[in-house]
Amino acid sequence: MTDLVAKHEAGDLSQVRTSAGGRIRALIVKEGLQIVRDPSSIMIAFVLPVILLFLFGYGVSLDANRVKVGLVMQDTSPVARSLASAFIHSPFFDARVDHALAPFEADLVASRIRGIVVIPPDFAERYQAGDDTAPIQVIADGSQPNTASFVQNYAQGVWSTWLRQQAVQMGRSAEGGGLVLEARFWFNPELTSRNFLVPGSVAIIMTMIGTLLTALVIAREWERGTMEAMMATPVSVGELLVGKIVPYFLLGLAAMALCTGVAVLLFGVPFRGSMLALLAISAAFLCPALGQGLLISAVAKNQFVASQIALFTGFLPAMLLSGFIFEIGSMPTVIRWITVIVPARYFVSSLQTVFLAGDIWSLLLPSIAVMLAIGAGFFLLAARNTRKRID
Amino acid sequence: MWGRLKALIVKELLALWRDPKGRAILIVPPIMQLLVFSHAATLEVKNVDIAVLNRDSGRWGHELVQRFEGSSTFNRVVQIQAIPEIQPLIDDQEVLAVLQIGPEFSRRIEAGLPADIQVILDGRRSNAAQIVQGYIAQIVQRLDAELAEQAGRPVPSSTVVSRNWFNPNLEYVWFTVPSLIGMIALLIGIMVTALTVARERELGTFEQLLVSPLRPFEILIGKTVPPLLIGLFHATIYVAAAVFAFGVPLVGSLLLLYPSLILYLAAVIGIGLFISSLAQTQQQAVLGAFIFASPAILLSGFASPVENMPEWLQAVTIVNPLRHFQVIVIGVFLKGMPAREVLANTLPLLGIAAATLTVAAWLFRKRME
Amino acid sequence: MSGDTLIRFNRVTKRFGEGPPALDAISADVTAGRITGLVGPDGAGKTTFIRLVTGLMVPDEGGVSVLGHDTATDAASIFPGIGYMPQRFGLYEDLSVQENLNLYAELRGLPAGERPAVFDRLLRFTDLQRFTGRLAGRLSGGMKQKLGLACALMRTPPLLLLDEPSVGVDPISRRELWAMVKELTGGGMGVVWSTAYLDEAQRCDSVLLLNQGRLLFDGDPRSLMKRAEGRVFQVRGLDWKRRAVLARMLAQPDVIDGVIQGRHVRVVYKERVDGAENPPVLPPLPEEVGTQAHLAPVPPRFEDAFMDILGGGPGGRSALAERIAPVEQSAGGEPVIEARGLTKRFGDFTAARDITFSIPRGEIFGLLGPNGAGKSTTFKMLCGLLAPTEGAGRVAGFDLRRAAAQARQRLGYMAQKFSLYGDLSARQNLDFFSGVYGLGRRRRREQVELMIRTFDFGRLSDTAAKDLPLGFKQRLALACAIMHEPEALFLDEPTSGVDPITRREFWTHINGLVEKGVTVLVTTHFMDEAEYCDRIALIYRGRTIATGSPDELKERVQRPDLPDPTLEDAFIALVEESDLSEQEVA
Repeated sequence: MTDLVAKHEAGDLSQVRTSAGGRIRALIVKEGLQIVRDPSSIMIAFVLPVILLFLFGYGVSLDANRVKVGLVMQDTSPVARSLASAFIHSPFFDARVDHALAPFEADLVASRIRGIVVIPPDFAERYQAGDDTAPIQVIADGSQPNTASFVQNYAQGVWSTWLRQQAVQMGRSAEGGGLVLEARFWFNPELTSRNFLVPGSVAIIMTMIGTLLTALVIAREWERGTMEAMMATPVSVGELLVGKIVPYFLLGLAAMALCTGVAVLLFGVPFRGSMLALLAISAAFLCPALGQGLLISAVAKNQFVASQIALFTGFLPAMLLSGFIFEIGSMPTVIRWITVIVPARYFVSSLQTVFLAGDIWSLLLPSIAVMLAIGAGFFLLAARNTRKRID
Repeated sequence: MWGRLKALIVKELLALWRDPKGRAILIVPPIMQLLVFSHAATLEVKNVDIAVLNRDSGRWGHELVQRFEGSSTFNRVVQIQAIPEIQPLIDDQEVLAVLQIGPEFSRRIEAGLPADIQVILDGRRSNAAQIVQGYIAQIVQRLDAELAEQAGRPVPSSTVVSRNWFNPNLEYVWFTVPSLIGMIALLIGIMVTALTVARERELGTFEQLLVSPLRPFEILIGKTVPPLLIGLFHATIYVAAAVFAFGVPLVGSLLLLYPSLILYLAAVIGIGLFISSLAQTQQQAVLGAFIFASPAILLSGFASPVENMPEWLQAVTIVNPLRHFQVIVIGVFLKGMPAREVLANTLPLLGIAAATLTVAAWLFRKRME
Repeated sequence: MSGDTLIRFNRVTKRFGEGPPALDAISADVTAGRITGLVGPDGAGKTTFIRLVTGLMVPDEGGVSVLGHDTATDAASIFPGIGYMPQRFGLYEDLSVQENLNLYAELRGLPAGERPAVFDRLLRFTDLQRFTGRLAGRLSGGMKQKLGLACALMRTPPLLLLDEPSVGVDPISRRELWAMVKELTGGGMGVVWSTAYLDEAQRCDSVLLLNQGRLLFDGDPRSLMKRAEGRVFQVRGLDWKRRAVLARMLAQPDVIDGVIQGRHVRVVYKERVDGAENPPVLPPLPEEVGTQAHLAPVPPRFEDAFMDILGGGPGGRSALAERIAPVEQSAGGEPVIEARGLTKRFGDFTAARDITFSIPRGEIFGLLGPNGAGKSTTFKMLCGLLAPTEGAGRVAGFDLRRAAAQARQRLGYMAQKFSLYGDLSARQNLDFFSGVYGLGRRRRREQVELMIRTFDFGRLSDTAAKDLPLGFKQRLALACAIMHEPEALFLDEPTSGVDPITRREFWTHINGLVEKGVTVLVTTHFMDEAEYCDRIALIYRGRTIATGSPDELKERVQRPDLPDPTLEDAFIALVEESDLSEQEVA
């Protein structure tokens, strides 16, 4: 037997078993160096998040503040003018006044305004007659259903307030019974949509980092042949996976810190929970996100396919099916069932809670548990599909 | 020259169709989009859970609760007994709103006094909360009107006559599905274009093209026409699906829609070629397309109206082709937008297309040398 | 020292999907202390063989035992005992040389105390001491290869596996690597070296010859070469017309193989059944050849024996050349391809400096040089892919800058790795290229049919190009490049990775085309291929360091201790000479 084979049989095996920790550390150091040196990792981990955060912070706003409407004054009596000024001074509307309907109709078609309020010619007459049906007409642009329902609600509000003021002025308050609805919005009294969109968008960003970036870097190792070289060393599959997970886990947390900073300092989103809770939910979410990335990379061994799968199974569900913008409750049953296994769904509501409401552990803990469970499922599948085999 | 161009265009279409990746891009996203977006991308609020704390023992409190239970908007109406139960229900997002009816409710109504109803909503989902508040207000007002009628009081709040033009029942699908026409044209156009040059570069066939007698502008046209045709094809399928499968009314004229669709596609393809000339690999091209497509969609007026954005951002959206096309497609479909308005929104598309194609052509030439 | 069995293949079969197996019932042993060459063309099953040894793949049938462990059941015990360098070397390009070494040292469990000594030894061994801080991605091909080797050698494994270490590496680096590995086997290491270069195979201690998944030969390469002994000759004394002579020789019924070697023609005769000793006689040759022609016996090479095992080459007739029209002779006999002071700068770096040559009609001109020396840059400037910073290139009398389209209409281009549209069928590829070159409708149809018939595509004409067998890919790429009947043909490493039979067929066509008046510019790493050239320009550090026919180059380096240099010897000597004079200047 040659010296080399003898040496190999005698000593090397035992030595190999003792240095698992060192191997993992070496893999992590390597991955860290690669992240720092590869512009596309920095791009996905730090530049893209900021861009997306800006888009959601500034670009997407569901608050129909100061909706542009046309106000048709077919009546010029003092009462009508009083009502008109209520509309003009309302913080909800940006009203232009005209005496005819026709020009506004064209504006509505061209989407220059979103609604028309018509005060009819006989308004004052019927109002003063007190025959209870002095009607104003509110026409909303139904082609934008969400804005349309806001226009209707706001107009109703302006009208009710105006009526009550009129009643007080005329000393009719005593006889006015009726039901008074008093609404209070907890956690976000000004109803700023940015306050829930920005934390929600963090979930999408973390999906990009956890799933897309992880899938891409592993696919890259396959493409460049480094994975094959790795596998022919004494490194085990578990060590390889851990060597990938730890750096991207830390990178995810760093990106999370960046996003939180931007959200709070730049967009003024309140942060009512604790850092501990934020850390807990972020860490929990990174499990399924990274697990999914690993699973994708076990299936797709080139970057193109990996990025396609990551966009379709990671990014799109996080965007559409997480309840971030679109209400899960309003979706058809089949889709609602699918959302149950979308980890971003739990992360979105946890983030919104930690930012806006505080540490509500009774909501956070079950969410964390579900995210960890989905993550465990992904890891299990990934580990089963990643073998030290090429075929 | 025509022979050369034809060969190039035929090759491009064949290559796309015979490549499994290309075929996947042509088939999967359009179907996924149509299925998922049309159903999931809705800002409507349905199937909401609410809770009611009815501390009134009289008839009217009970009546109101029954009306909530009878409403189709609400999925579940949880009856609770005490104030401390409210907070955990809202906190844990078990319910979106809690309605509180005071102990004096029926007595005050019968005495002709104003009767309060308090509603607490979860502001973490402020959009849904606002809409739910609207639903609750409607139910309350209807009861109020009936009470007023019985009491012989004037009925104040029913005098607003609400109309929704173009979409009387505020069907969300009428908005989403036509919007998808612009979106699919964007995604397909940008993907197909961005991949075409990158793929040839990876295969090494780009050099093969460059040493042929094809002139740069011929290659450019050869790369522009196929995505244009494919974009038109998908857009047409979506128009048909909108009308026949989703029953969206097509009020305006398709003759107005298609010219602007072509210009819109040209603008998108110009951007795609731009990405394609910069990308070294197909994977970079996909990421580039993605980095362009997500802001383009978010800032188009689809996710939320353009006028809600800050002024400076509204100015930025002028260069977004989808923003203009979104106005056109919704206008033509639902509003029967007249030619003059379509033209006004098409002109910016013409400008963007001219700019992006010029830049792409310039970059293309530059990269070839 | 040597003799221990490190690898044992026992009737191993491995399949991928449908079709013939990648490896078909292979039984073989690899022993310690020697270089075992794993030889065969692309697709022969070399990489599959090596992956089966690493345990990264397991056989469908049969068993593989490595260092006494079965790969299917005990792969984990094998990993510590092997050093493996995959194709493209398995390096992290974003990591520096030192960082790559650190990583592999840790992964292979090299104790921290031993590291400084081991690193020092490996760095000295590979001559990379000066580059420890450089990113691996910035190293030259040869340096990457050495670093890959260093990483694989971290713990001095008993078994070293090298998968095509010499692909894309110039002859100088190949020679250095060979010397290093040879040194290792002296220490008892067993080495598996896979290669498509048959001249490398010849130097191995033992050879496993694979073709289409089958093991054709297992043993000492010299014993294989012995079978061709006495049957290999050179036709010498030809000053010209060697292409015509080759065609004539290949037409002889008892000649099974022939290639051009500079001004000579090398032929291999069939084994004689009657066992007669008479030397073969030269057939009547064309008159212009003159009376000096004679047959001289030469020692066989591995390649001669390989061709013999496969039953001989493809013959010397080019159906293609017979069917196409001769290129019209333009007036004045001016050169078809011309480089005048071509210079290309990228920033501070001068990739090509003042390159001047001209190629007359009907000549094959070769560009040779180490990686990164500027031969691709020169090549690209001449076919219009790169605009020169200074100087001008002309094709068929047209300036590539001013009349690019006219020039391009007259040139055919065949890129490395057959750049075809893989998803398009063979016929669609032909259709496309004929269309792009502006052939009329009728002519297009005729030409496409002609190509399909000439190259024998038959039913394969509707197969996607990427699924074609390698030989047909090569034919298709050539067909696409010449359908418009160009005057000048540009070939960029046209036969790298191709088996010798396909390479001979290719060169038969090229020779035929050249006889019809086509002018050829070729870049290559294969010295065999360079032998076909009428003239060669050797490019190094952006400059032409030598020009001349293959024999002139060989003569330039002839020395008493090197009486009969090969072209590779000439290449290396000329490059070293240039290095020396450079140092003197500095």
